[in-house]
Amino acid sequence: MNIETVLSAKNVNIWYGEKHAIRNISLDIYKNHVTAIIGPSGCGKSTLLRSFNRMNDFVETLKQKGGIFFEGNNLLEADPIEVRTRIGMVFQRPNPFPKSIFNNITWGPKIHGYTGDLEQLVEESLKGAALWDEVKDRLNDSALELSGGQQQRLCIARTIAMKPEIILMDEPCSALDPKSTIRVEDLITDLKKDYTIIIVTHNMQQASRVSDYTAFFYEGKMVEFGQTDKIFTAPKEKKTEDYITGRFG
Amino acid sequence: MISPTRIRKEKAFKFIATVATWTSVLILIVLLTHILSEGWRWLDWQFMDSFPSRFPEKAGLKAGIFGSIWLMALTASISIPIGVFAGLFLEEYGIKGIIGKIIEVNMANLAGVPSIVYGLLGLTVFVRYFGFDRSLLSGALTLSLLIMPVIVVATRESIRAVPNSIRFGAYAMGARKHHVVFGQVLPVALPGIMTGVILALSRAIGETAPLIIVGAVSYISFIPEGIMDEFTVMPLQIYNWAGRPQADFHQLAAAGIIVLVSVMLVMNFVAVLIRHKMQKRYRF
Repeated sequence: MNIETVLSAKNVNIWYGEKHAIRNISLDIYKNHVTAIIGPSGCGKSTLLRSFNRMNDFVETLKQKGGIFFEGNNLLEADPIEVRTRIGMVFQRPNPFPKSIFNNITWGPKIHGYTGDLEQLVEESLKGAALWDEVKDRLNDSALELSGGQQQRLCIARTIAMKPEIILMDEPCSALDPKSTIRVEDLITDLKKDYTIIIVTHNMQQASRVSDYTAFFYEGKMVEFGQTDKIFTAPKEKKTEDYITGRFG
Repeated sequence: MISPTRIRKEKAFKFIATVATWTSVLILIVLLTHILSEGWRWLDWQFMDSFPSRFPEKAGLKAGIFGSIWLMALTASISIPIGVFAGLFLEEYGIKGIIGKIIEVNMANLAGVPSIVYGLLGLTVFVRYFGFDRSLLSGALTLSLLIMPVIVVATRESIRAVPNSIRFGAYAMGARKHHVVFGQVLPVALPGIMTGVILALSRAIGETAPLIIVGAVSYISFIPEGIMDEFTVMPLQIYNWAGRPQADFHQLAAAGIIVLVSVMLVMNFVAVLIRHKMQKRYRF
């Protein structure tokens, strides 16, 4: 398969106050593939993910150095609004806006001056997130009436509506039941046709199910990166093997 | 085994709590029945539609009712925009560091300053310095000062109650701050803000002391037609009647209280209604 790098982190270092959370990580993200970042709690995987769309700007004590290159520009020095428009994010807990399902989808495009057909956009986005059939008859109901799994797919739908290049997912299934988890995982596999996906997860089975590439983080360092099947069947590093066989973490 | 002392303590606590609850309810009931029995027979259309008079049977609350409506409308249109935007600014944009803390403490203190102090301030600044005289405008500005801290505090609390996950969700879609604040945070906080505003206004409608100071007059035989007109308000009219020697006027005062309390009850009821509706709509 043709492999193209879309996002490239180079020597990224991140500090929370005195705490050195990300230590000199360099990582390439490939277009139209799913990259999973795994590792035990506190290894820095979510921290790095939030740097990819500048959500770390909201952490006051945080310092970041290095470069994250997206289409040749260092996005750490770009306009965060622009970055977030093109690199979307799905959060750990579903956080639909307290608005109707319809308005959840249209809010983002609208504030960016979208002038196209809103109804078509909503249908497309909901279909893209495999939610259309469940909600097509109640688009004006509050999004908060949906189940947790549906809410999370709605959050994916509203991210798709922005037509981003990359979708970041921060443990998107950790607040969901097993059935909803499978639906979201299937969805991720579908989505990689059109988007590049980076998913942070503490669930190794999930990483092995959905991802093409896996990066293993430990104590702020990237221990190993490679194709998912190789990482899970023949890890090069002892630490990785210990982690994926459940010896720690 | 649960020891008998613990059960006894539990029972004693429940008893004290029950007594405390019913005491306040009882006081309210006694007060209301007393006022109702005194004022009920004066309460008719003639009472609502007459200006004050030397003769109790001809006297009415019309000037007070219209004065209160005017004053509340003016006060609301001054205090709500300023109070809500101040609260919004302090909470979402904020002034950092020591100055921010000073503002916060002062705002909380201002909400507790006796209303007569605001009256004196209003007299000095609006009536005398700006030369607004004993007008509705002076009264409304004074009352606005009085309830503004309450509105600011209510606004800040409602905004603070909006979960951060909504803000982050909006930012993650490339929203700018004003989009997040006006498109996401404010709509969610609005019911809470409205509750606070209504409660603040229901405090303002019962205020007497600051209005006496800024020169609201109790003998007015016309309906105000502009913001520079002289005025009276319901509580002031009641105060005036209650101060007269004749028993009939005391009963008129009671009738006035019935009207005023009814208005306040309706306002508080609306506030409760909004809050109830909000809790149903936004459960996180």
